[in-house]
Amino acid sequence: MAKLNVNGKVVDYTADEGTPLLWVLREQLGMTGTKYGCGIALCGACTVHIDGVPTRSCVRPASTVKAAEKIVTIEGLSKDGTHPVQKAWVALDVPQCGFCQSGMIMTATALLKATPNPSDKQIDDAMTNICRCGTYNRVRTAIKAAAKEMAGAKKVANALNIQHVNAGEA
Amino acid sequence: MKTGNVANPSRRKFIQGAAATAGSLVVAFNIPFTKDAGAQITTDEINAWVVVKPNDTVIVRIARSEMGQGSLTGLAQLVAEELECDWAKVTTEYPTPGQSLERKRPWGSFGTGGSQGIRGSQDYVRKGGAIARMMLVQAAADEWKVPVAECTVDKGIVSHATSKRSTSYGKVAAAAAKLTPPTDVKLKDPKEWKLAGKRLARLDTVDKTTGAQIYGMDLKLPGMLNAAVIDCPVFGGKVKNVDDAAALKMPGVKRVLRVGESAVVVVADTWWRAKTALDAVKIEWDEGPNAKASSAAFAEVLKAGLDAKDAVVGASIGDAPAALAGAVRKIEAVYSYPHQNHVCMETMNATVRYTPERCEVWVATQNGEAAHAATAEASGLAPNKCEVFKLHLGGGFGRRGATDYIRQAVAIAKQMPGIPVKMIWSREEDMAQGRFHPVTQCKLVAGLDDKGEITALHMRISGQSILAGLAPQSIRDGKDPVVFQGLNITGAETAIGYSFPNLLVDHAMRNPHVPPGFWRGVNLNQNAIYLESFIDEIAAATKQDPLALRRKLMSKHPKHLAVLEAVASRVGWDKPAPKGIFRGLAQTMGFGSYVAACAEISISGDGVLKIHRIVAATDCGHAVNPQQIEAQVEGSFVYGLSAALYQECTVKDGRIEQTNFHNYPSMRLADMPAVETIVMPSGGFWGGVGEPTIAVAAPAVLNAIFAATGKRIRDLPLKNHSLKA
Repeated sequence: MAKLNVNGKVVDYTADEGTPLLWVLREQLGMTGTKYGCGIALCGACTVHIDGVPTRSCVRPASTVKAAEKIVTIEGLSKDGTHPVQKAWVALDVPQCGFCQSGMIMTATALLKATPNPSDKQIDDAMTNICRCGTYNRVRTAIKAAAKEMAGAKKVANALNIQHVNAGEA
Repeated sequence: MKTGNVANPSRRKFIQGAAATAGSLVVAFNIPFTKDAGAQITTDEINAWVVVKPNDTVIVRIARSEMGQGSLTGLAQLVAEELECDWAKVTTEYPTPGQSLERKRPWGSFGTGGSQGIRGSQDYVRKGGAIARMMLVQAAADEWKVPVAECTVDKGIVSHATSKRSTSYGKVAAAAAKLTPPTDVKLKDPKEWKLAGKRLARLDTVDKTTGAQIYGMDLKLPGMLNAAVIDCPVFGGKVKNVDDAAALKMPGVKRVLRVGESAVVVVADTWWRAKTALDAVKIEWDEGPNAKASSAAFAEVLKAGLDAKDAVVGASIGDAPAALAGAVRKIEAVYSYPHQNHVCMETMNATVRYTPERCEVWVATQNGEAAHAATAEASGLAPNKCEVFKLHLGGGFGRRGATDYIRQAVAIAKQMPGIPVKMIWSREEDMAQGRFHPVTQCKLVAGLDDKGEITALHMRISGQSILAGLAPQSIRDGKDPVVFQGLNITGAETAIGYSFPNLLVDHAMRNPHVPPGFWRGVNLNQNAIYLESFIDEIAAATKQDPLALRRKLMSKHPKHLAVLEAVASRVGWDKPAPKGIFRGLAQTMGFGSYVAACAEISISGDGVLKIHRIVAATDCGHAVNPQQIEAQVEGSFVYGLSAALYQECTVKDGRIEQTNFHNYPSMRLADMPAVETIVMPSGGFWGGVGEPTIAVAAPAVLNAIFAATGKRIRDLPLKNHSLKA
């Protein structure tokens, strides 16, 4: 039995030597929010935080993550989906198919923690995740909206004038 | 903000009898989906489209698949518009193909392709909403014993002003469900819309921001095993010999199987173990007749087709060959477009539970009914013994309209009766076993008179037919009509926007062994590149402004011209571009919509292209959700420009050479231009949105590159060319 600290809980797991953290999360721990997209750390769909550092979990053997290192996945980013980045994503309807968005959000939250008010260039450099639906411009807009909220802005105007009236999404 | 899953169809559907654990979803067998599911679903429905719960929640049934394009929300808006219900209480669910079969297709087509989601079902879904409204209001009038004409309804509250009574849909739903549906239904004039046409938020966003959304790949069933697959990388090849001794000894491995003559499968307790063991299986392939096939050799076949006699005519006006023979001057160019993979972010996968009595499939598919038919065929069971449960798609783009991967998953599960098996393709398998964008070349010849006016155009397309590969029975007299997208002389679907005195568009069909598929935008993509680039070539050769030439050729095509003019006006085409910025235009019509774009680019001293801005206009007749149309237009540019800039699947020794994102790149955020979308619905028709604008992104950029460098790029992708001065 090996141990991992995932989303604030220490969990036991069993996996063969070399099994990537991604597949331990998905298949051993049942957390499927972190996605498989390429398996070679190129697309970013598998991004999680390890001690706050955005990490592509598809190439990181789980056995190399120490129990003392804190892993955060999309499921643990906030208790109820209310991290400012998640809120901005919802406000601006960023996802299309949504498959890459867990990785996008984890990368964006790490960026904003390190760089609270990122320039366009800093967003370009950090957000190297692939989205085939083409949500990039809304990703950029949402990162800027989240940055404003995290800096203490009381109300961030909806830059795309999207109307939220359905109980299911707003 | 709530994080409820009210609006999530897959969650909704699965929530019955399901236990969610730590973010994964475990579905109990035989509870939600067995033969009584149909009965369960009908008890409180008003009609096939609308269910009203006693608490006034309205469930709108959606037959088309949601793959990111937003039509789940758009279709719900259209139903709710006619239903006059409270949008805040609207949620959605997917009916199943098995229920559709049992009930004689009350939901029409489940097919989600060709930008048909909204336009192909708007009429009957709106009627579904209107009929339900009429029944609900009638039920209230009956209860009050007043004439129905005296009742009004707003946001699901029915009122009778004279007697000052009111009730809610939820309260009269049970009585309404018993009424005979009216047959005389009048739909609203879109000018009266209150929900449709508005910039409403999507219904499926929240779960996509918390990891809760369940895609096909995320499904977990009790006792489920996982399968990894390798099919012969050479199309048409077979398995010759398998040494699975080492793999069978590896941890968690249950079986090593064959599927058909060409695929080897490892089934294990986890997918990672299945994949690891598959890598340890030694396979000898019989590569068959295509073992030496290559893109280079096929390009020669296509080239010969450019002048071959066996061409089928797609469009013809006057006598183009004669006019060209008599032309004072001729302009000629040859273009080519490569094979491409869809590269959905979620690789192909399906989960199947087979028993000799029943076959159930859980799959992300663009076509539930085709998936159901494929399940019946591959399992050998009657259709009424099969069921398909649709899960959210991690991208579709046409790839998930095909059923090859579903048949494969059924064939695996059939060898392990009673055990649910989830088959997932690795990215490498997904790249190798695509259903590829067809490869074509095109020779364009324009004839000019002594004043430089165009007298004739001949477009000869040589290359692959999608229908010949997917549905050969639909080829009539050797003609694949889909080849001519954007080049038809007339029609509401995809007509050319130019008038030429003499025109000939013909196709020499040349099919390689690489299996083709519908790929977002389909043949409109390269046809627009060919024609829009060549129009600019004519403009350059005759020293005309590209917009001025188009205006001249488009005077009899006002809708085509209107979107182009809107773009030109927004970008300020009549004024010089800022220093170092160069512009290019393109327009086309496809999937029932008129689209145009202007790209603004720069090229650095060392030849690096930067796309700064694209202004795009769409006339889709009626716009159901403008903010989602904007999202589709932006997204289509990423899809089309990734293809134009970077993507080609090349064949060597019979197999696709590209294996993953390192040798098949896709645009990233840093490459993304600013996009300004003009949504300009002119009314009177319904056009599609997901695909048309893809086709104008690449030619607008290519025309801008010519403006910047004088280099005319005729072979894609662009990465194969240097833009250095």
